[in-house]
Amino acid sequence: MDKKLPDTGTYAQMVKKASPGSPAGKNLFFAFLIGGGICAIGELLLLFYQRMGLTADWAAAMVSVTLIGASALLTGLGVYDKIAKLGGAGTLVPITGFANAVVSPALEFKSEGLILGTGVKLFAIAGPVIVYGVTASWCYGIILCLIGQGGMQG
Amino acid sequence: MLKEILLAFLTGGCLCAVGQLLIDYTKLTPARILVAYVVAGVILGGIGVYQPLIELAGAGATVPLTGFGALLARGVRKAVDDAGWIGIFSGGISAAASGLTAAIVFGVIVSLIFRPGSK
Amino acid sequence: MAKKLGRSTYLFEKRPVILSSAAVGGEKERNGPLGKGFDFLDIDDTFGEKSWEQAENRMQQLAMKTALQKAHVKRNDLDLIFAGDLLNQCTGSSYGLKELGVPYLGLYGACSTMAEGLLMAGVYIDAGLAGKAAVSASSHFCSAERQYRFPLEYGSQRPPTSQWTATASAAVILGKKEDLPLDETVWVELVHASAGIIQDPLIRDANNMGAAMAPAAAALFMRYFRESSTAPQDYDRIFTGDLGQIGSELLYSLLARQNIRIGDRHNDCGLLLFDREHQDVHAGGSGAGCCGSVLSAYILPELRAGRLSNVLFLATGALFSPTMVQQGLSIPGIAHLVHLRRCERKEENGC
Repeated sequence: MDKKLPDTGTYAQMVKKASPGSPAGKNLFFAFLIGGGICAIGELLLLFYQRMGLTADWAAAMVSVTLIGASALLTGLGVYDKIAKLGGAGTLVPITGFANAVVSPALEFKSEGLILGTGVKLFAIAGPVIVYGVTASWCYGIILCLIGQGGMQG
Repeated sequence: MLKEILLAFLTGGCLCAVGQLLIDYTKLTPARILVAYVVAGVILGGIGVYQPLIELAGAGATVPLTGFGALLARGVRKAVDDAGWIGIFSGGISAAASGLTAAIVFGVIVSLIFRPGSK
Repeated sequence: MAKKLGRSTYLFEKRPVILSSAAVGGEKERNGPLGKGFDFLDIDDTFGEKSWEQAENRMQQLAMKTALQKAHVKRNDLDLIFAGDLLNQCTGSSYGLKELGVPYLGLYGACSTMAEGLLMAGVYIDAGLAGKAAVSASSHFCSAERQYRFPLEYGSQRPPTSQWTATASAAVILGKKEDLPLDETVWVELVHASAGIIQDPLIRDANNMGAAMAPAAAALFMRYFRESSTAPQDYDRIFTGDLGQIGSELLYSLLARQNIRIGDRHNDCGLLLFDREHQDVHAGGSGAGCCGSVLSAYILPELRAGRLSNVLFLATGALFSPTMVQQGLSIPGIAHLVHLRRCERKEENGC
């Protein structure tokens, strides 16, 4: 920087002082409320699907599908991002946030075509979740095989 | 029924609140936080800690992305139990198949129907 | 020819004149405090086009055509266009202005483009290399979000330090004093211009552009006052382009260390374009169209009306690239400045 300006260390201190932090208390409250609310809706759906006669696993899968569908619709209608502005991590962490991260680039990049836009960009944001989730579970499988090998042979 | 819903609300709310603390107090971007949640879910599911939470809180534990990670881990474990080492390659995505398919298909459908609006 | 003062401050000899200007904006700009000063506003920000990038092309075209009409200048009489925007390859400018058939020089100065263009046009006109020249700059919230941040429908929280990219385009037509209509009694001319130096304060936070740009603005102010032998008191208003709230405060602190105080006469275009209280723009507006449209919708009308007479217009740019930031590099800042003065015909004030 110019020699009449402070060094970058001093400037970093100035920036820290001048930059207001996020309203952490408010954010925390709404993340809890909205995130908890989405999970409560999930539980309601879970109980509903179980009452319909689905096994616990299938009911849980249908809960995911329903929440993903609802989130996709709200994303398309331009509502999900408005809830997220308030909800923060409360709308990011649930599976609905994952769905929003898939649907929003798919929709946004439609202008570049259904193949090179929607198709290519669908996982532009959510891709890492799948990449590292699957990789981590694969590593877990390797560990299982290594420690479980003796048992399987016996 | 109210008790189950309340437990789901509290557990899910707490998992989200932790995410909010990570956003506001660390330099972690949302994408990194989501990856951390999924990987944490795989690890917690793998060591058998997450299943009891699911039994306690139901959707409060399965709906947050840690639940997605735990689901992947459980799928791998089941496939390895059933088919041996070849299960490593099929278990994770098989277990998550309905969620993944829903996200992809709804993503395509929504992008066919809607257009993004200015903010 | 312009006189070179110091390293990169120019005193214009033939005083290039602003013949006209036009500003085009979107819905949020319409609802902002300066909405009435715009020439054209679109309610859904699409400008009748099917993508945000094409909407930005249309904005540039609309602003340029309107400015030409207001100045009664035909495009064949325009010798040069200096234009830029925030998009990759500056498509808003090149696609928006390609039908005009006017010699074109593309600029990239991020949000400082308007001042950079005024400097260039001023130098070309003063040197006699251009008779009439135009400057154009634009930004579109939606095309910028798509390129620099997230898809529009993606749910995310903006921190309080973030700035809101204006959906706006501005065009300014410049010429010589002789080009003014004879019945024109009041006009605005360029007195000084100064090109800034890139300053890199090692800011990596893409949500704190004001902090990335403030050092470039401070360094240019210090050098400009020295090279032009002027002081803040010589100007009745000092405008900066898009530092926002945080960047403005940092600018005051940086200048105060050198005993330069501008706080009593300073306004930031990012804080003028939007109402921070009610429009949810956090630290203020930004974007290449922001300070340009404020120039056209507010500063120039104020000068013509006589409420201002001597103004510094310093536009700052954050030379932000998502690729560079992902590779761990910081966001450098740049600033350029022009000194504008109100003139009246038959007045003996040196005009």
